[in-house]
Amino acid sequence: MTTPATSAVPKAAASAPSLLVRHLGDRVFKWLTLLMALSVFALIALIGIELWRGSHLALEKFGWRFLTGSEWDPVNGRFGAVPFIFGTLVSSAIALLIAVPLSIASAVFLTELAPQWLRQPLTLFIELLAAVPSVILGLWGIFVMVPWLRQYLFPWLRGAFGFLPLFKGPIYGVSMLAGGIIIAIMIVPIITSVSREILRAVPGLQREAAYALGATRWEVTRIAVLSYAKKGLFGAVILGLGRALGETMAVTMVIGNRPEVAASLFAPGYTLASVIANEFTEATTDIYLNALFEVGLVLLGVTIVVNAAAQMLLKTFGGPGVRPQH
Amino acid sequence: MNATNHRWRNWKNASMQALACGCALLVIAPLGLVFYHLIKSGVGAVNWDFFTKLPKPVGELGGGMANAIVGTFVLLGNASLIGVPVGVLGGVYLSEYGSSKLNWWIRLGADVLNGVPSIIWGMVVYALVVLPMEGFSAWAGGIVLGLIMIPLIMRTTEEVLQLVPNGYREAALALGIAQWRTIVQIVVRTALKGIATGVLLALARVAGETAPLLFTAFGNRFWNHSLSDPIAVLPLQIFSYAISPYEDWHRQAWAGALVLLVLITVINFSVRVLTRDRFPSNKS
Repeated sequence: MTTPATSAVPKAAASAPSLLVRHLGDRVFKWLTLLMALSVFALIALIGIELWRGSHLALEKFGWRFLTGSEWDPVNGRFGAVPFIFGTLVSSAIALLIAVPLSIASAVFLTELAPQWLRQPLTLFIELLAAVPSVILGLWGIFVMVPWLRQYLFPWLRGAFGFLPLFKGPIYGVSMLAGGIIIAIMIVPIITSVSREILRAVPGLQREAAYALGATRWEVTRIAVLSYAKKGLFGAVILGLGRALGETMAVTMVIGNRPEVAASLFAPGYTLASVIANEFTEATTDIYLNALFEVGLVLLGVTIVVNAAAQMLLKTFGGPGVRPQH
Repeated sequence: MNATNHRWRNWKNASMQALACGCALLVIAPLGLVFYHLIKSGVGAVNWDFFTKLPKPVGELGGGMANAIVGTFVLLGNASLIGVPVGVLGGVYLSEYGSSKLNWWIRLGADVLNGVPSIIWGMVVYALVVLPMEGFSAWAGGIVLGLIMIPLIMRTTEEVLQLVPNGYREAALALGIAQWRTIVQIVVRTALKGIATGVLLALARVAGETAPLLFTAFGNRFWNHSLSDPIAVLPLQIFSYAISPYEDWHRQAWAGALVLLVLITVINFSVRVLTRDRFPSNKS
């Protein structure tokens, strides 16, 4: 019996009309819920279609040149997305460089090292950080972080590493590096809590076996825990990358918003998400609006690929218990 | 040789543990700093006027964000109208019906949707609602937040429904109750608290969304009298005040940020307290 539920009930017990009603009710309810569940795919399709429709003018006019053009000149109707793609990639890379070691080390601290009484409050604290809205971090970034960077960290970096092109040039405060740092602050809680779930899913036997061989605590962590959880941790990092690429408000507020490709991290930059946020309501010509929709299309393509990859990795590793935090 | 090796391993062990501890401290430091500055700069600016007055015109001191605070709740109400039914019913399908293969795809779809940057949702709703209606509106803002809530609620609903013991379902079915009534009146009802938790968490998440509202709800310096007009919302107001050149507006941006964060934190904490002993395995 494939449907033990309804067919197990003796049919004679119910009178004919009520039987009809209940079957109808069952069917209607099942189809209704199915429809709602399938809305997920409808929404994905809707996003794709609307962005494509919104950008068809630009798609026809620029084609693939949109992805290789480095000029963004709304007045003369010349649009190329290179500065934004560059800015998104560089700021996300900076964010990952900072966030990945910090988050994985904190996850290790939370699951392997910290005393029991400390674990719960610390986890709560980190989840609280994940709940801080982007715009509030941006506000803090403008008035606290950027002035501090301009006054202390950036001059120090220029003094110590000024021979590298990365740390040359004038210091404005708002910059690619500031954008990367604020994204790092935003994705650290996500990577930490997903990594923590993954480390917790590592079987205790793994650890015990390593301890039995005389390993120190760090050796247990490295050999038995981290290498076992490698794939899942990679998934957590990719998930963080997906979030970093789409981060909008906080980045827009500190990155400087200048569509240029500059070698120096102290120079202002621009990202795919922040150009949409800044210029969408100001786009006066059709082609301008279309170009912004195409920027959205690029951003969507990148984030969907990255997120799907992260989910695949996490699902194969963690089973149903591991899921992205929001 | 053996002794030095041993000492080296112990030293490495100790330094690695110290490093991990230091990293954890570094991770929570920004949160501490953000809270510190919010309270330092925000508390002084939060006063009675802030909750009861409209924004003053440029150049005049004072005024408040009453319209934005009300607007935030209006949009959250609108969003729930879309997000809750679709999300909960979808979650019911995932938990109660559905083959495991189809469910895998639906879950993947929901998780991918969760990862779509919120600004993209804003563009989609702009094309779908704002352009046909020929204007920014509270409807558009509510719709965009509602769409963002759908995958969030779907996943949490599925999770809490899975926690309802199978015996409940079997007992109800054995009494001859139709399956849909079993689900609605027994399963969903048992898990109602958990579902409400999921809805609240989703609301807390979208309450801070700014990017998708930039070109849907748009913001408004006055009271909103019709849902087809632009509406003021706290995050938008914070953003426009933060990037403005006026000292007094900066002060109010901090106040707005403090109020918004308190709102979100209260929701998050009450949810945790409510469900602490009920679902210990869920997000410990």
